[in-house]
Amino acid sequence: MTQPRIELLLALLGAAAMVLAAMATPWLKFVLTLALAKGIAVLGIMLLLRAGQVSFGHALYVALGAYTVAFLAPSMPDAALLLVAAALGTTVAGLLIGLFVSRYREIFFGMLNLALSMVFYSMLEKFYHYTRGTDGIRVPSLTVAGVPLDRVSYEWTIFGMALVLALGFGVFARVYLASPLGQALSAIKTRETRLDFMGVSSRNVLLSAYVLSALMAGCAGALIAMTSRHVTPLLAYWTASGELVFIAILGGAGGVLGPFLGAAAYELVRVYAAATVADMWQMILGAVLLLVILFARGGIWGLLSSRLQRGRVA
Amino acid sequence: MRALLEARGLRLAFGGVKAADGIDLDVMEHEFLAIIGPNGAGKTTFINMTTGYLKPQGGTITYSGAEITGRRPRDIVRRGVARSFQLPQLFSEHTVEENAALAIASREGIWSPFAPLLRPAWRQEARELLDRFGLLPVAGQRADALNEGTRKLADIAMAVALKPRLLLMDEPTSGVAAAEKMGIVETLVRVLRDARVTAVFVEHDMDVVERFADRVAVWSQGRIAALGPPAQVLADPAVQRDVIGIERPAAGVAHA
Ligand SMILES: Nc1ncnc2c1ncn2[C@@H]1O[C@H](COP(=O)(O)OP(=O)(O)OP(=O)(O)O)[C@@H](O)[C@H]1O
Ligand SMILES: [Mg+2]
Repeated sequence: MTQPRIELLLALLGAAAMVLAAMATPWLKFVLTLALAKGIAVLGIMLLLRAGQVSFGHALYVALGAYTVAFLAPSMPDAALLLVAAALGTTVAGLLIGLFVSRYREIFFGMLNLALSMVFYSMLEKFYHYTRGTDGIRVPSLTVAGVPLDRVSYEWTIFGMALVLALGFGVFARVYLASPLGQALSAIKTRETRLDFMGVSSRNVLLSAYVLSALMAGCAGALIAMTSRHVTPLLAYWTASGELVFIAILGGAGGVLGPFLGAAAYELVRVYAAATVADMWQMILGAVLLLVILFARGGIWGLLSSRLQRGRVA
Repeated sequence: MRALLEARGLRLAFGGVKAADGIDLDVMEHEFLAIIGPNGAGKTTFINMTTGYLKPQGGTITYSGAEITGRRPRDIVRRGVARSFQLPQLFSEHTVEENAALAIASREGIWSPFAPLLRPAWRQEARELLDRFGLLPVAGQRADALNEGTRKLADIAMAVALKPRLLLMDEPTSGVAAAEKMGIVETLVRVLRDARVTAVFVEHDMDVVERFADRVAVWSQGRIAALGPPAQVLADPAVQRDVIGIERPAAGVAHA
């Protein structure tokens, strides 16, 4: 089997495992939906990592997607329409902001994104009249194709949406990364000026990835709003951006499965840690990050894929 | 013959260093023009100005009848001016084949997010190109695993993949082992002549200059000190003393 086939198979197996887990343990549905949503956002972070750029501000797009849902839900309660609206809104925002930040690299790129996300955070906090400040906004019941659903069907629907989006974005990212455009991203990391000397605008290459990453984060935000039914400015806080980068490193940036493996591991460990050793969560995070950086640079996906490759050679 | 590239009165100083101090040069269509001169004479600076990397402080550059002075590298490449680099500029995490394919993609249009970079047509073109440069055996190797001479060749191959009308090469043979040098240059010249490319190349090896250049321009402190056919220029006592005298022993040795 070829590498893409194996990855697709693993993705489908993972999806099936998630469905089974959600069926066996209903409250896991919520955790897994969140994990899938974050995985989608981290997938966007990974595209930027390919170009050697780390955004410490992508929670901005997650929050924008989430607040789009919260704002529009009272007048437009259809989940699919809300998702489309969040996707459009964050794509436009990603394009406008991307036109500006794609001129910068490395620490400047990272910090500009951070700065913009913090501006957005304080706007959400300060404009109480519209956003209800730190109290946040409750998302009313949504409908699917015009039909109001009971709680269980609604949860399954959002879970299914998250799963389909994750698979869709995952397949797209896989194809995109193998394309000239995706390969040019890693060329930005290693020798950006050469691209310009070959007639390619490296800035536009990065911009394309940036817009995609904003779109993915926006969809993630919409899913998070639909699942948690409550949005607060904390969604845009810088620790939320840091969490996405953390998951990207934990899962590994080498393949499109990495973000989802990372997100699933992160959310599951968090839930169990909260239940057992609540006050040690930060310490566990720090220790895991340390271990990954010291011993497993490729993250979870790196460990898994090297094992797979060894298996195939043997 | 008409001039494909016309430089007029190019000036550029870095602090007190005059890297270009009134450069006038016509590069004729289909000629091979060698640039020689001591270290720091401003040879690379000339290529940098011509390809848009540096903006001259004075003077004009005209390519194929249109002024390109101070335009962006991207715009200039798209008009048909490619370059290779004194220090190879490869995408180090990509294989040699992918490097070549990325150059082909740049020429053909990179804005396709669905078809793979190594699509059959581009892969075949990349392999044919690498074959002409004798690089097929290392096609699957990562660029950062290559030795200096091979990197240099791959760097030139990428510029050639752009199918330029004018190719500027900065010391194409430095770092190439002396034993292989003539063979490689012969191959390169054949490739370029077949494609009817006009070439400007900075060269420290006078044997290469003598054999392959139609004309030689001698750079000295940001000026052109002599210009003409190799036989005539290289026989000039002043050139022998100032350029060849210094450079001959260094020829064939990796040049910083
Ligand atoms: N970007 C730059 N900034 C400052 N000084 C520069 C820059 N580029 C070139 N110089 C200076 O301009 C002069 C000409 O440099 P250039 O690289 O053009 O010489 P060269 O003829 O190519 O030399 P070599 O044979 O060593 O490659 C040198 O003194 C160099 O230090
Ligand atoms: Mg030089």
